[in-house]
Amino acid sequence: MLGNLILKDGTKIKGRSFGHEESVAGELVFSTGMTGYPESLTDPSYEGQILVTTYPIIGNYGVPEKKYWESSRIHISGLIVSQYVDTPSHFQSKKTLSSWLKEEKIPGLIIDDTRFLTQKIRDQGAQLAKIVFKKNIEFFDPNLVNLMEKVSVKTTRKVGLRAIEQYKKMSIVLIDCGVKENIIRNLVNRGAQVIVVPWDFDIFSLKEGFDGIIISNGPGDPKMCRATIETVKQAVAKKIPILGICLGSQILALATGGETYKLKFGHRGQNQPCIDQTNNRCYVTTQNHGFAIGKIPPGFKPWFVNANDKTNEGIIHNNLPFMSVQFHPEACPGPMDTEWIFDKFLQTL
Amino acid sequence: MIKKILLLGSGALKIGQAGEFDYSGSQAIKAFREEGIKTILVNPNIATIQTSKAMADKVYFLPINPEFIEQVIIKENPDAIALSFGGQTALNCGMDLYKKGVFKKYHVQVLGTPVSAIVTSEDRQLFADHLKKINVSTPASHAVNSTKEGLKIARKLKLPVMIRAGFALGGQKSGVAHTEKEFMTIAEAALAFSPQILVEKYLHHYKEIEYEVVRDNFDNCVTVCNMENFDPLGIHTGESIVVAPSQTLTNYEYHFLRQKSIEIVRSLGIVGECNVQFALNPHPESTGPISGSFPSTPAIDYYVIEVNARLSRSSALASKATGYPLAYVAAKLILGKPLTRIINQITRVTQAAFEPALDYLVVKIPRWDIEKFRGAEEVIGSSMKSVGEVMAIGRTFEEAIQKATRMLDIGVHGVIENRFANEKEIWHYIKSATPRRLFAITAGIKKGFSIDKIYQETGVDKWFLYRLKNIVDAEKEMVSSVGNGRDRSLQRDQLLNLKRLGFSDRRIGEALGKTELEVRSFRIKNKITPSVFAIDTLAGEFPAKTNYLYTTYWGSHHDVKPIGQGGIMVLGSGPYRIGSSVEFDWSSVNVAQNLKRYKKQSIVVNCNPETVSTDYDMSDRLYFEELTFERVSDIYEFEKASSIILSVGGQTPNNLSTRLNNYGVKILGTKAGNIDLAENRNKFSDLLDRLGILQPLWKNFTDMGSALKFAKEVGYPVLIRPSYVLSGLAMNLCYDEAELKSFVKRAVEINKKHPVTISKYMTNAREVELDGVAQGGKLKVYALSNHVEHAGVHSGDATIVYPAERVRYYSGVKMVEIAQNLTKALSINGPFNIQYMVKDNKVYVIELNLRASRTFPFISKVTGVNFAAVTVDAFFGKAKEYQIDYPAYVAVKAPQFSFARLEGADPVLRVEMSSTGEVACFGDTAEEAYLKSLISTGLSLDKKSALVTIGGEENKLRFAESIWKLKNLGFELYATNHTHKFLNSKGVRTKLVSKVYERRRPNVIDIIEQKKVSLVINLSEKGDGNPVASEFKTDGYLIRRAAIDHNISLFTDLNSSRLFVNALEKYRIKDLKIKSWEEYLE
Repeated sequence: MLGNLILKDGTKIKGRSFGHEESVAGELVFSTGMTGYPESLTDPSYEGQILVTTYPIIGNYGVPEKKYWESSRIHISGLIVSQYVDTPSHFQSKKTLSSWLKEEKIPGLIIDDTRFLTQKIRDQGAQLAKIVFKKNIEFFDPNLVNLMEKVSVKTTRKVGLRAIEQYKKMSIVLIDCGVKENIIRNLVNRGAQVIVVPWDFDIFSLKEGFDGIIISNGPGDPKMCRATIETVKQAVAKKIPILGICLGSQILALATGGETYKLKFGHRGQNQPCIDQTNNRCYVTTQNHGFAIGKIPPGFKPWFVNANDKTNEGIIHNNLPFMSVQFHPEACPGPMDTEWIFDKFLQTL
Repeated sequence: MIKKILLLGSGALKIGQAGEFDYSGSQAIKAFREEGIKTILVNPNIATIQTSKAMADKVYFLPINPEFIEQVIIKENPDAIALSFGGQTALNCGMDLYKKGVFKKYHVQVLGTPVSAIVTSEDRQLFADHLKKINVSTPASHAVNSTKEGLKIARKLKLPVMIRAGFALGGQKSGVAHTEKEFMTIAEAALAFSPQILVEKYLHHYKEIEYEVVRDNFDNCVTVCNMENFDPLGIHTGESIVVAPSQTLTNYEYHFLRQKSIEIVRSLGIVGECNVQFALNPHPESTGPISGSFPSTPAIDYYVIEVNARLSRSSALASKATGYPLAYVAAKLILGKPLTRIINQITRVTQAAFEPALDYLVVKIPRWDIEKFRGAEEVIGSSMKSVGEVMAIGRTFEEAIQKATRMLDIGVHGVIENRFANEKEIWHYIKSATPRRLFAITAGIKKGFSIDKIYQETGVDKWFLYRLKNIVDAEKEMVSSVGNGRDRSLQRDQLLNLKRLGFSDRRIGEALGKTELEVRSFRIKNKITPSVFAIDTLAGEFPAKTNYLYTTYWGSHHDVKPIGQGGIMVLGSGPYRIGSSVEFDWSSVNVAQNLKRYKKQSIVVNCNPETVSTDYDMSDRLYFEELTFERVSDIYEFEKASSIILSVGGQTPNNLSTRLNNYGVKILGTKAGNIDLAENRNKFSDLLDRLGILQPLWKNFTDMGSALKFAKEVGYPVLIRPSYVLSGLAMNLCYDEAELKSFVKRAVEINKKHPVTISKYMTNAREVELDGVAQGGKLKVYALSNHVEHAGVHSGDATIVYPAERVRYYSGVKMVEIAQNLTKALSINGPFNIQYMVKDNKVYVIELNLRASRTFPFISKVTGVNFAAVTVDAFFGKAKEYQIDYPAYVAVKAPQFSFARLEGADPVLRVEMSSTGEVACFGDTAEEAYLKSLISTGLSLDKKSALVTIGGEENKLRFAESIWKLKNLGFELYATNHTHKFLNSKGVRTKLVSKVYERRRPNVIDIIEQKKVSLVINLSEKGDGNPVASEFKTDGYLIRRAAIDHNISLFTDLNSSRLFVNALEKYRIKDLKIKSWEEYLE
């Protein structure tokens, strides 16, 4: 079946469907990662977005079991690829990408020139778009709504009760703004106990004590997460150690007097170089964000800076245990170069 | 503070070590220069770009071995040395110098990776122990020094096992042994080359994955590219079809292996570039998490196969695949620069400290020429046999692999090429790995063989097989839609789909019964033309200022605007192969760069990742594309270029001249009609007759009877060949009627459609080359050089001396006169080369090539006149007239053979070319220069002991004096019966050894195997190895082969043997002068 990708600026591109055939609208973004589509598709930070993969050949190794995903479902609104491969080859593959998309009711479109789309987004900025089959629908801007409701857990859950390693006494509250499973895996793997709580949960009401707070990644504009910002303000006042990741980084900044802004087209990929300002070391990082920290909050200094466009990639407090990174130390997809961030944070507890 | 760096090149191109090191060395020189550092380069490979005036500050055309390099160090007193840009040759030489304490003695700093780390990475046992320490798996492996010990291990590990030779380039002499007998054969061969072999667990059908890693002094470390082999483990990565990035790896596998490669590089302390090769089990048994890891970790079963702590073939490929200049960056890093201070050369706005994101895929296919080696084994495996490679870029695997097959220039037009007799043959070629396997797989798919079965037999991942099936299905659909007979024309959408799957116009035309041009015009009418996309390292994320381009049918836009009339296209050489190699890269790069002087923009087209011409900073625009009529026309039409240069990239671009001319493309240089006049044997012969120029008697034949009659009339031996030859393909010398009959029966068709040319072969004739450049029919510059070997040895295999010392004044004048006449008659405009033969003071013309010849860079460098620059001047009507003075030095170019790589190949000089590379050195005399050249190609005489077997009375008489000289030099001589008797009758005492068939021991082979001799001179009566006889493994063949297999210097030609003995008489190694190129030219 044929469908159309329609951009807000009027651009209309015909494509062949390989997913669910129902019109959908969202924000059109591209990601430059070359592997890891199951991880990306299930990354809650993509909620509300139509994703263009710049790597043209997608579907190669099918879809693995759910336990390897980054969340329990696909979060993108739609997928745009150049070539879809329906004959996956991998020992882990349980189904094809196409059947997965259909199961989860996510449209997928094959269009020839995804590079053209990428350049358009790069030059004009991320823009609203829709995949239209028969029925035309309105454009939808996910940044104007609170996406937390859609991606955050509804109730608290505890993970990592079998403490095994050096951080076994640690208990972490993880504020789920759309958390990727691999953040939890990284913490549990290090022996920490993790209490995952909803984005707007009053963490100070928890019966059990905790040693630190991690604010997770997530979709959309950080300013929408008012409840979380409030929680973080309180935690900061109590001097509880905090690590913000991605959206969590922006939330930490907003909670401590910093500012955030929307990037022209964001950073989405697995090859973003970030320089650690304390020692000039460079790390290749996975990123998926459309907003960034502008004004550094008082008492903080830039921790990481993007080597390409010099945007902020993380902040750290001058003397208190508050830190954040704009990139994804948990990777998945992407390079595992910055997993040490988890160690660094756990060591401060 | 480093001010002067000694850079070691890699020497002659040979199998396993080819043009990629011209690329890496050239980039290093550029990187050093930017830092204000002088580079002293040692590299005897005169055809390279790195040994050009604009590159290194000083060049030594000298052997890359510890003795010579030490002398250069003493003379030049460099601050530092760079070992990682000249392949295994430079690395081995560096390790020897290090062990000898030379660097310490002369205070030379070794740049980059410490030598101790290199030693660890090169010594298999040390390496395995090291990896164990950092918890990285290597295949169970044991280093042994004897076959006996090895067999014990093999039994323990259980056959099949993998055998590898330590310290060898390109996996030389390694292989998989399935039986104990196979084990002994492989192990013995490997131990002949290396003091140590490794016996390893054999990993059946594991995937082979590679990473290219760079690391700086500050521990910043990134992987620039990962690659996946189409062929499973067991086929050397240089022999494998390779794709980048990997296609069948999940995120976890990709990044797990990436992480491991970084850990390895860090643990070794690598600074600069490093390649890590992994084996990955596609079906790991354990599905649980690996120990100590978090829940939900997928299973992974992997081994590290190899680490190369230097620039390599793979790193050259990775550079071209990603646009990330690995060698350039590595050169900066070894100077101590941090990765974070290096700008991405492609985007100019982003950093080098990142990992390129590709939005395309590349496919590399090796180019083999195994069939050109008489007797050589066709099967490929864990040691390299290929002589070159191509890389294709596409937006899908289908598009890229179909392009790549055409780039190979082996006469195929896509991946579907059914040249198999029947299903049985297809299965045979699917089961055994040979250069034909890819084509056998598609043929099998076309026949309906199951993908599962093909996977079981080959281990080629089903992902690739299904992509090939996609191509086959599309072709079937096209054929059936035509077969329905309704309409012989295609629908637009169907045609577009076929183009997207990489089908050529010609292939589509064949299926539809239309010509290529008909399909082309239909295509253009329907606006189906390829898009021009850029390689920007960032998948379009940033606007890059890149000029590195490819074409694809998966586009609706172009990344660049046409250059227009200011643009001139220059076609490169395509894959390196026997007869066409780095020399044409030198010519095309030099021509492209000289266009700047005329304010023209160069648009280079080439498809060979081992070249400098495919470095994007060598031209204004680089198309990594096919050198086919279709693609060249596409680019020409898109760019609206003013003209095209076909005459500097060897025969591949030259072959397009007629078709491009007929299509209306403006060709810069000699007119296409005149090129045809020179290449068409009949027309050229008439022209020579008209001009009163002598040529060897020849005639075309369409039937055997008149051929035999002619041969009898002119007298044997005769030379037989088809027209339009490239490097002597299917050429042969026949010494009598029986041979002629048998050759024609075996090797060529003879009929009306395929005439065969037979020419009189002149024995003991001299061969002389004239390289020249003409402008508008007027000779502007020329130089003569002569062959050491007599006519009958292919010019590409000949030892060539400049100046032409052995040409008499009269003959020389005559040759120039002939050149002037031909130049005028054909209105030559641009480069050309004439091959002359001189017999009894008469000058004959054998061949005229209206293009830059193989000797173009050699001649340019030894005369000091850049013939490529003059060529460009001639194209613009501005060429000066040059008078080249007779030099005060002599330069000798010697061939490099790679017979050791090609099991079974008969290592004899023949009319067909078989060398894979060349070197050239300077000296005060030809003898000095020749000896340096021979040492550069690997000659080593560790003991004064030689085996001489000389066939024929004439040879014996003519070589007697040389034997005397050897004897006087203190050589112990072994000889077979006839030679022994003859020499003793002349008063030369030799030790008699028996021939193989005489069944007495020790025989000739024992002498060689026991390394009792370090030199074998085997002169056979006939100039050419007998094609029929060699099948029966004559003694001559067995002797030659044994010498090669045991790494003993071999001479098979009378004249070069004589020159060699004279050189030995005149010079000891320490007498050979350490003089730079500049010093000679002064």
